[in-house]
Amino acid sequence: MMILSGDPPRSRVLSLLLVVIVTLLALAPFLFPGAKAMNVATKICIFALLVASYDLLLGYTGTVSFAHTMFYGIGSYGVAIALYAMGPTWTAVATGIVIGLPLAALVALCIGLFSLRVQAIFFAMITLAVASAFQVLASQLSWLTGGDDGRSFRLPELLRPGTVIIPKEMFGFEFNGRTLTYYIVFVVAAALILTLLRIVNSPFGRVLQAVRENRFRAEALGYRTVFHLTWANVLAALVAACAGVLNALWLRYAGPDTLSFTIMIDILLMVVIGGMGTMYGAIIGAAIFILAENYLQSLMGMASKATAGIPVLPDLLHPDRWLLWLGLLFIASVYFFPTGVVGKLRGKTG
Amino acid sequence: MTDFTTLAAAEPLPQTKRDFIPLLLPVALALAMIPFIGSPSTWVTLTIASLAMGMMIFIMASGLTLVFGLMDVLNFGHGAFIAVGAYVATLVLVPMSGYVQADSLWLNLAALAPAALLAMAVSGALGLVFERVLILPVYGNHLKQILITMGGLIVAEQALYALWGPQRIPLPLPTSLRGSFIFGDIAIAKYRVLAMIVGLVVFGFILLVLNRTKIGLLIRAGVENREMVEALGYRIKRLFLGVFMVGSALAGLGGIMWALYREEVHASIGGELTVLIFIVIIIGGLGSIGGCFIGAILVAMVANYGGFLIPKLALVSNILLMVAILMWRPRGLYPVTNR
Repeated sequence: MMILSGDPPRSRVLSLLLVVIVTLLALAPFLFPGAKAMNVATKICIFALLVASYDLLLGYTGTVSFAHTMFYGIGSYGVAIALYAMGPTWTAVATGIVIGLPLAALVALCIGLFSLRVQAIFFAMITLAVASAFQVLASQLSWLTGGDDGRSFRLPELLRPGTVIIPKEMFGFEFNGRTLTYYIVFVVAAALILTLLRIVNSPFGRVLQAVRENRFRAEALGYRTVFHLTWANVLAALVAACAGVLNALWLRYAGPDTLSFTIMIDILLMVVIGGMGTMYGAIIGAAIFILAENYLQSLMGMASKATAGIPVLPDLLHPDRWLLWLGLLFIASVYFFPTGVVGKLRGKTG
Repeated sequence: MTDFTTLAAAEPLPQTKRDFIPLLLPVALALAMIPFIGSPSTWVTLTIASLAMGMMIFIMASGLTLVFGLMDVLNFGHGAFIAVGAYVATLVLVPMSGYVQADSLWLNLAALAPAALLAMAVSGALGLVFERVLILPVYGNHLKQILITMGGLIVAEQALYALWGPQRIPLPLPTSLRGSFIFGDIAIAKYRVLAMIVGLVVFGFILLVLNRTKIGLLIRAGVENREMVEALGYRIKRLFLGVFMVGSALAGLGGIMWALYREEVHASIGGELTVLIFIVIIIGGLGSIGGCFIGAILVAMVANYGGFLIPKLALVSNILLMVAILMWRPRGLYPVTNR
């Protein structure tokens, strides 16, 4: 229980589901060695972390931020630019992290101090504006960010796919640099999610929830709510930047699409479908969403073919329109189960 | 101390002071730019361009700011109405391309008018559905409002892609609206003049309704104090539905105007313009029509002048403008009471 900070899943089905997901992810390189399956597994890890950090804001403090991909992008670009400019060394990775993370924290601090004093709705609009400006900035400063092409780079020797760490002859499975990268992603993501779980179950996390429930009352009790909200914003930004670092290390690339509004919407969908204010919801939401993104589309392709001839329907079932159906699911989940899959499984409503 | 009774008799009802400083802001900005731009003809062209762009943004943003002022609902899906308006316009303009291509102002307008009316009708109707289905169940809950209207935007955008396909649809300007009026060495694009006329008509109409009719009185009262209007026996929810539909219809009108301005239609314009519209209504003060009007012109001016003088800066100029305005007046140019 210590490792879960005294906040267990509190539902048998949920625990089982989580154990299955985590076990599958932990053994992914052995169970699904294919390139596509590995990409899906890594994406689930990275997004689970990203969504968990967003949940700290949305679920625990009730503030909607649209700038989360900005911090994700700062982390990504930090490492990418450092590795691109300094060559594939570990010093470069460290430099990228040392520059990227504090930068993300600083930007989050500025936005927070500037706009968290007022209503949640104001914060949402300001972050939307800042994030879109940042996105344009990233694609325009091409001498630094590589513009629309982004920055591709080479990883340090140890993490390259060609580096064989344990040859196939020993266990019947090749443990190469790629596998090692996957495990770095997995372990860091798991550690940070557990840290977030620790944060939300600390006295600080309690105050955040108090602010969410009734800001005026929390203030009346003597908590400086702006301080807590800004701090939560900074923490969420830091974790999002870490997720960005992991993403860049896995893809060996950072581009403007990491900043795009599409990813922001994806994160929102994952948080809400998984369950706001639960942390476990992030893992479930990310797993459902990314599996749907990768495998629902082929299913829809079949459905689209099967309904060919009926007007409109094949277009609605076209594989590219999968977001339409997830959007409907999103609206339905905000109405009918606002606590998401996790809340549903825990048997609580509201 | 003066005699209270005579003072009360002599003076009319106390009026709030008119605040003219924000009104002077666009004028001052435009004048200040003359020395930087240098050539007067370029300055006139840029000023007209920013006025026209400002009018279009105002048309799209006005509904959003009123809806927020009246019901404290911020509709993140407002962009959907803009996109729907633009797409519906293609339904009329593409089959009537004969009229559109004809070299006669009247034939062109005969094609544009039904397109604009249909766009407004469809987005207004969509607004009805949006309000009843999505927003009504989540009154008073900001978090859910943001999430739900975001969801509405996603679904509407995807539905547009499904119905019209993901490609960009070209939407050429009618023949008689192409080109420019030339006065000496000053060129003014014809379409911009039309956009300005439409914008001013809409602004005048909104002001007239708000200030001179009973409905307008109720809307203004509702912005000030919703409970009080309800307590007087008016069904404010119905009033709100009306405002929401008109706001959506105006967004649709703005959508077709913007599509003609860009000469193409794509479902992503909704999302792109949402950011701009939010900046405008924050600058103007949430809920204020006058502030929204000035904010739209300011944003357009900064975009046009900035784009001409320092192209790189134009990308972040809107944010800088917003920060500057909020430093000066933290709740926007015309803060609406009790929000």
